[in-house]
Amino acid sequence: MSAPKHGEIDPISGQGTTGHEWDGIKELNTPLPRWWLWTFYACILWSVGYWIVYPSFPLISGFAPGFAGYSSRGAVMAEIDSVRARRADAAAGLASASLTQIRNDPKMLEIALAQGKTAFGDNCAPCHGAGGAGAKGFPVLADDDWLWGNSLDEMAATITHGIRAATDDQTRSTMMPAFGKDGLLKRDEVAAVANHVRVLGQLEPEKGANLALGANLFSENCAVCHGAEGKGDRSLGAPNLTDAIWLYGSDVAAISATIHNPRNGVMPAWRDRLDPVTIKSLTLYVQSLGGGR
Amino acid sequence: MSNPAPAQSLWARHAKIETNSILLLIGILIAISFGGLIEIAPLFYLQSTVEKVEGMRPYTPLELAGRNIYVREGCYLCHSQMIRALRDEVERYGNYSLAAESMYDHPFQWGSKRNGPDLARIGEKYSDDWHLAHLNEPRALVPQSIMPSYAFLSRTPLEYRAMADHLRVLRTEGVPYSDEMIEQSLADVRTQVDPDSAGADAFLKRYPKAKLRKFDASHREITEAEALIAYLQMLGTLVDFKLYDNKANLR
Ligand code: HEC
Ligand code: HEC
Ligand code: HEC
Repeated sequence: MSAPKHGEIDPISGQGTTGHEWDGIKELNTPLPRWWLWTFYACILWSVGYWIVYPSFPLISGFAPGFAGYSSRGAVMAEIDSVRARRADAAAGLASASLTQIRNDPKMLEIALAQGKTAFGDNCAPCHGAGGAGAKGFPVLADDDWLWGNSLDEMAATITHGIRAATDDQTRSTMMPAFGKDGLLKRDEVAAVANHVRVLGQLEPEKGANLALGANLFSENCAVCHGAEGKGDRSLGAPNLTDAIWLYGSDVAAISATIHNPRNGVMPAWRDRLDPVTIKSLTLYVQSLGGGR
Repeated sequence: MSNPAPAQSLWARHAKIETNSILLLIGILIAISFGGLIEIAPLFYLQSTVEKVEGMRPYTPLELAGRNIYVREGCYLCHSQMIRALRDEVERYGNYSLAAESMYDHPFQWGSKRNGPDLARIGEKYSDDWHLAHLNEPRALVPQSIMPSYAFLSRTPLEYRAMADHLRVLRTEGVPYSDEMIEQSLADVRTQVDPDSAGADAFLKRYPKAKLRKFDASHREITEAEALIAYLQMLGTLVDFKLYDNKANLR
């Protein structure tokens, strides 16, 4: 085997060879374009600078922090702080103004509604539906029927502390008792009172239902919360049973299921997750959906 | 054919490596192990990799069972559990994830794909009822959802007889499960869904801040869905960020 020489010219193509020979075949030398090669060298140089300026190599008890003092966590915190400051300016005192003040100031209200809409999509829509359309067990917020009250302050309290939220000791906490499951009412009594609830709601009761017994049981067991006429009580979150709006359904089976073992719907508390300005914005946004006072 | 070979420099001898596959293989291994040494090895000896935080504890047996279902069902293929230090993520999901928050995860569930939202701080964001309804049929709550229905989870009783072994295996990987935790693991699964049971106080001592409640109120027995919900409801809730000093752990 002869040792081919570097720089030898291939007689057929007239091109130089690399000097590599495999089984008698020589590799032609096709060098990289100059501009490419120099860009490559420049990148290597750049990376050396980068190592020095930014956090890079691991050391014995930490890492080389780099001369610029950069950290991705520091950067994101600074960015968020500055965004919050800018927002506070733009929101023209949303933080210090009361809910009523904001509602009466068109400029502040516009900002609050825009912020509220975004926050609603991220946090509330999975339960209450887009635009507050609601779902079974999760109340519609876009109507004018309220479980817990529709003044700005009541609504803000609901959002801040949640409803039956395990994580908040100021949460709204009335529980409807499990009349059937805990043996307070017998099976036929549950059926009777369920039919009475249908009567209250202007719906047909089942044929042969014992309505007199139902009415009796209702005033003994249910009127404390739902009111003698079933119109509900917002201070207890007890729904109005006479309107056509049902959280869990209006057929006898659904009503009986509630009386047997009510779900006592849970809404999480938002105090720890959302800042006060966002909660204010959400309150105004929700009110703009439904119509409150 | 008999030119005397000129004295070859080391540089010119690469033909030796290139024509001998074993030599080439060894060379490649040496070259890439440099990358490994610099990027991976320090993570094992550097104390500063995992932040010092309060509140982290191993998973309760029920949460662990739920976590196993999360892995089994491949939820990580659509959901990450890693809030990156980027403004939009921090504003949407909350504080960026800390290394300490996944220090007991084997394997971790950071994920790399988000067809659905990040779940690192989903704990207590929604109610148990919501999770159950959502697992049963996501579209009943979020009409445009593309998440599959997992209704079978709430029809399948949880199989947890091997719980003690799960804990033991994790202990060999460095999760600080005590002998007592391993001994009580079967009972602890039942205790966590029964806040009135006799073992509740001792359970809370073993697993501080654990949530004791019936996560799936519509089934008497413990279902797979219930374990999964117990796991989802604790995600991201252990570290109290009111007490945690972000500035002390800049990376
Ligand atoms: C886990 C599901 C869930 C999420 C998320 C949720 N809610 Fe609710 N919300 C409920 C339930 C359930 C109720 C009704 C509870 C009851 O039965 O009294 C409710 C009730 C309310 C009420 C009271 C309605 C009334 O009629 O008095 C308001 C206001 C409200 N939610 C606003 C919000 C806002 C704003 C958000 C987002 C920050 C939100 N909710 C997020 C489940 C949820
Ligand atoms: C301690 C107060 C309280 C008592 C007593 C009570 N309820 Fe309720 N009831 C509530 C609350 C609060 C809710 C809402 C529960 C929820 O949001 O899950 C409710 C919900 C309901 C609903 C569901 C309404 C809907 O929109 O779907 C029905 C039906 C009902 N109650 C009937 C009764 C009957 C019948 C009785 C008596 C046998 C009764 N309740 C006794 C507080 C009470
Ligand atoms: C095909 C992809 C896909 C898979 C697999 C999947 N999800 Fe989802 N998930 C989604 C999408 C998309 C959403 C957002 C829409 C919605 O809420 O349904 C979502 C939403 C969620 C949410 C609500 C998140 C939030 O912040 O609103 C939870 C919790 C969740 N998924 C849990 C799970 C669990 C547990 C599993 C495994 C059993 C799972 N997902 C599997 C796509 C997926």
